[in-house]
Amino acid sequence: MKEDTAKLSRRNFLKEGTILATGVAAAAALPAYDGLLFAAEAPGAKGKWYGIGIDINKCIGCGKCANACKEENNVPKDPFYFRSWVEQYTIKKDGEILVESPNGGINGFKQSVPDADIYKSFFVPKMCNHCAKSPCTQVCPVGATFETDEGIVLVDPNYCIGCRYCVQACPYGCRYIHPEKGTVDKCTLCFHRLKQGYQPACFEICPTEARVFGDLNDPGSKLNYFLKNHNCMVIKPHLNTGSKLNYNALTPEVR
Amino acid sequence: MEDHLQNLYEVLSKVDGYVYPNEIELNWSILIVLYPYITGLVAGAFILASLERIFKVKILKPTYGIALLTAFSFMLVATMPLVSHLGKPQRAYEIMITPHSSSAMAIFGFVYLWYLMVVLFLELWFDYRRDMVIWANETTGFKRFMYKVLSLGTTDISPKAVALDDKIGYIITVIGVPSAFLLHGYVGFIFGSIKANPWWSTVLMPVIFLFSAMVSGIALVMLVYIVLTKIRKQLIDMDCLDTIAKYLFYILLIDFALEGLDQIHRIYVAEESFEALHKLVFGKLFYSLFIFQGLLGTIVPILTLGTLQFYKPRPVIRKTIYTILGGLVLMGIFFMRWNVVIGGQLFSKSFYGYTSFKTSLIGIEGYGMAIIWLIVPFLILSFLLWLLPPWKKIETSHD
Repeated sequence: MKEDTAKLSRRNFLKEGTILATGVAAAAALPAYDGLLFAAEAPGAKGKWYGIGIDINKCIGCGKCANACKEENNVPKDPFYFRSWVEQYTIKKDGEILVESPNGGINGFKQSVPDADIYKSFFVPKMCNHCAKSPCTQVCPVGATFETDEGIVLVDPNYCIGCRYCVQACPYGCRYIHPEKGTVDKCTLCFHRLKQGYQPACFEICPTEARVFGDLNDPGSKLNYFLKNHNCMVIKPHLNTGSKLNYNALTPEVR
Repeated sequence: MEDHLQNLYEVLSKVDGYVYPNEIELNWSILIVLYPYITGLVAGAFILASLERIFKVKILKPTYGIALLTAFSFMLVATMPLVSHLGKPQRAYEIMITPHSSSAMAIFGFVYLWYLMVVLFLELWFDYRRDMVIWANETTGFKRFMYKVLSLGTTDISPKAVALDDKIGYIITVIGVPSAFLLHGYVGFIFGSIKANPWWSTVLMPVIFLFSAMVSGIALVMLVYIVLTKIRKQLIDMDCLDTIAKYLFYILLIDFALEGLDQIHRIYVAEESFEALHKLVFGKLFYSLFIFQGLLGTIVPILTLGTLQFYKPRPVIRKTIYTILGGLVLMGIFFMRWNVVIGGQLFSKSFYGYTSFKTSLIGIEGYGMAIIWLIVPFLILSFLLWLLPPWKKIETSHD
């Protein structure tokens, strides 16, 4: 009787072990970014599918990205309209978290906390996450906001009615109503530059290469290399927006 | 444009903590507070009318016509604050022509039209058809012309035809009750489905909106009835008024319980946003939430109406109390909408800070415009009461 149980157990062990091993092997064969993207699944199409990587450890807070974005895309200069901006996080020794972004970081940053009181400080560049399940696209009542086959969230300004529902639906604060046009405006990942074979302005200007941009469908892309070799995370993963903006060294205080 | 930017610079100087730069501007202003407020009044008034028609609460008969006309007047205006708030109002029709199937807002046009045209318009038409035919023969000039046009050339007022009108009217009201629920529950869903905003994102939002709608609609019809009898120098039907107040009390209790449940749930689960929202309600929303909506708009009316269920002072005192309470409830529900719409935009989605709300008296999004959109429905109502006075109708039993 005992032997039977042992045999059964051995058989079970072998069976379960094989299933597990096959599972692990199958998982290993999957593209590495799948687990990192929090359910942002590539559509069936074989073409390009763009994603973004930002290395917080490399950002020096120069704000050139925010400025380049405004220059390239004619974003109003007033400090209420940004497609791209930089935040400075300062964690004090007493645990207090201070976040600042004067004029989106375009004019650089000054540390207001004395060095002796700082536990750590870092910069986080922000921009549209180009979510694969973007809440802004979902809520647009006329379909003026849409996701392209390349995974870029765009707005048709000739169609937008300016109801601002998408502004409310974006969890990352990446949309604004253009004060002159009356329609919504957001990061296009410099679609006009992409089509000419250039990088988006904020990526091209970054002096420390803190920003990585590339095709998630291409296993050899720079972005996939970045994602494989860094411990990446998206902001607000619990909202399941399928964000394609992956940060290296993202800590929980960044929201 | 310059004023707008100047406003924003002023708000920027008052930002408390950190908000995303695009969040300094409040995107939905006073006009979007009015939108759920007005649609709520419509739904509430209609449901009160249906109490008489479907649920056979015969004692409410004097308010049936008033409630329907009130609902209709406010419904005609309901979209105006929305359209005038759009960045591109001239493109508003796109929402009807090319609705985006996944958008909660896209369906609004259809729900609205269904309710306005199919429910309210048809119900009023079948209810008034016979009277319009009769009045067309009794009057002259503009009134006669209006009755002729509105009755669409029908002249048959035989008992058989009138019985058919009544039957169709009844069926429309039966359809109308779930439609009224749909209309306002749906308005709640527009807010409740925004997962990015923890102040809005609650599954209870449609139900809370629905019950607060009933509360406000009943209070409005009660006030209109009191004012109308005063103007017409008629004796008010105290039994009817007491019954309306009784329903107001019950629905107010349910509304209070639902809102209480929502808040208790928020406090108990205390999610990531809790600290930020806690500071919001005890800071920028303190007066509008605790004093105007909570104390004056809910607690005081509940306690007073509750007392009046047991203790009945003289009619003239009761009428005065009802008038005051009606006003308080209407103010309370207005601030409920305010706390949802404006309150939901005062805190940053980063949970690190707060912006503030600033608007002027003039301008398309100013208080002046809001006041206009609140006065217009009363002008329409006055016109409709003049043209289609419910008290001059031939008694129909609605059985």
